[in-house]
Amino acid sequence: MPDLRDLYQELILEHSKAPRNYRELTTPDRKAEGYNPLCGDRFTVYLKMQGDSIQDIGFQGSGCAISKASASMMTQTLKGKTQTEAQEFFERFHKVVTGQAASTNGHQELGKLAVFSGVSEFPMRVKCATLAWHTLQAALEGKQDAVSTE
Amino acid sequence: MSSVAKLPWDTKKPTLHEAAGFDVERVRADFPILQQKAHGHKLVYLDNAATSQKPKAMIDAIVHYYEHENANIHRGVHYLSEIATEEYENARKVVQEFLHAAHPSEIIFVRSTTEAINLVAQTYGRTHVGAGDEVLITAMEHHSNIVPWQLLCEEKGAKLQIAPINDKGELLLDEFEKLLRPGTKIVSLGHLSNALGTINPLAQIVRLAHAHGVPVLVDGAQAAPRLPLNVRELDCDFYAFSGHKAYGPTGIGILYGKLALLEKMPPYQGGGDMISSVTFEKTLYNKVPHKFEAGTPDMSGAVGLRAAIEYLNGLGMENIEKHEHELLAYATGKVSAIPGVRLIGTAKEKAGVLSFVMDGVHPHDIGTILDQDGIAIRTGHHCAQPLMDRFGVDATARASFGLYNTKEEIDALVQGIQKVQEVFA
Repeated sequence: MPDLRDLYQELILEHSKAPRNYRELTTPDRKAEGYNPLCGDRFTVYLKMQGDSIQDIGFQGSGCAISKASASMMTQTLKGKTQTEAQEFFERFHKVVTGQAASTNGHQELGKLAVFSGVSEFPMRVKCATLAWHTLQAALEGKQDAVSTE
Repeated sequence: MSSVAKLPWDTKKPTLHEAAGFDVERVRADFPILQQKAHGHKLVYLDNAATSQKPKAMIDAIVHYYEHENANIHRGVHYLSEIATEEYENARKVVQEFLHAAHPSEIIFVRSTTEAINLVAQTYGRTHVGAGDEVLITAMEHHSNIVPWQLLCEEKGAKLQIAPINDKGELLLDEFEKLLRPGTKIVSLGHLSNALGTINPLAQIVRLAHAHGVPVLVDGAQAAPRLPLNVRELDCDFYAFSGHKAYGPTGIGILYGKLALLEKMPPYQGGGDMISSVTFEKTLYNKVPHKFEAGTPDMSGAVGLRAAIEYLNGLGMENIEKHEHELLAYATGKVSAIPGVRLIGTAKEKAGVLSFVMDGVHPHDIGTILDQDGIAIRTGHHCAQPLMDRFGVDATARASFGLYNTKEEIDALVQGIQKVQEVFA
């Protein structure tokens, strides 16, 4: 049986209450909107690029604890990373939250983001955990339309 | 209202359960699904506004239909076809009596409330609503009573008007009346709001609309399982509801329409059963209600719906209404007393639905934490996004009650909410 404490870990609750980089960038190079029509979660991700690297990243919006904490920790992790690195992080993160990470290796490479591994026990919440990441991906790809989890 | 002629089934027969009093434990035993556990806990099902659970008698009726009576209806000359046709048409009569409609022909089998509303929008709507005309709905409608009218208005160049509500979630009747204008061609509104629980004063609304010569469609999806219904007393022109929210099967719904209106309306879909003769040059349509039932209908669904209604009749709709009223009053007192919890929808006349939000906790997280204790509620916008905007929230948590819910289950809900607060403390 899944345990609530696996999902609502201290770090997740803390980030959901005090999200980091929760701000609109004044002159973003890229931004994208993400929307989960099932629960109404909605986030905007802002990016300031330096060449291929994410120089600054911010987000705003509303959503559940999981989606907000995920967005917050994503911004912390990705500041200074290249587009390719960001994409790799997303792939690893996705595997961990969907329970497809083959070993604890995947968790180690994710660092702090591994606290989201408990999400894999709650399939209905995977979309919450990945919303900000999908939005980031859209921003990196320069997509104009809001991305939707549906 | 006293001018409505009495029909034989208007006289209420005493029911079995009435004789013994409404015994919720006995009722619960009729629902197989309630006997199981969820995440190791006793299942507390408080998502009845989304769909209801099913009594064994209803499930058995569908099994019996497929094991003993199944055939296509209305055209076979053989033994089974005759039985199946009779079962299907008998189901229509049971629905007619449930709604206190004057004729069985006023009962059209559709897939759902949604399809019933689309049917009216695409038939009555398309022949009566023109450029510059108006369709009047309210601020508390479900998407299924918004989007079909938007589609119609877009096509015709008509305007969708929205009657406003107050902060309690009650329709502002004087504002509603002001919106009844010469160009208003139809009013469409919910009987009981799925997101707020508000019961609209339908008799008054219908009188106002009729005084302006405007017909009224009622979305009864939430009211049909909760309130005694009488479409002739209400004098509404159309009434729609879904089987699955009324303890019946999914895939079947009802559109009631006044015969005079139905007869003048063009068909909705074309196909078999809705015709009386077809040549490549000209097709003559079948009579009402068959004109609106193209193709092989959901026969087992009709049989299941009949069994569900007979089950409700056995308990007595008045008893169900009273039981749920007590539950709602109890839940309202308990939940609103929790610090940091705010109810959304506090109308004086309410039924079945308790929507709430909590300081600092998103409804989705409330839903997940309650679920771990076996408590099923709904979280989200409840297919009523404009209404969420009206109250300035993205979503709410919603507990909705059914005839089998108990005060102990509401106590479990309250404990669950307190646990949510502990997790997020």
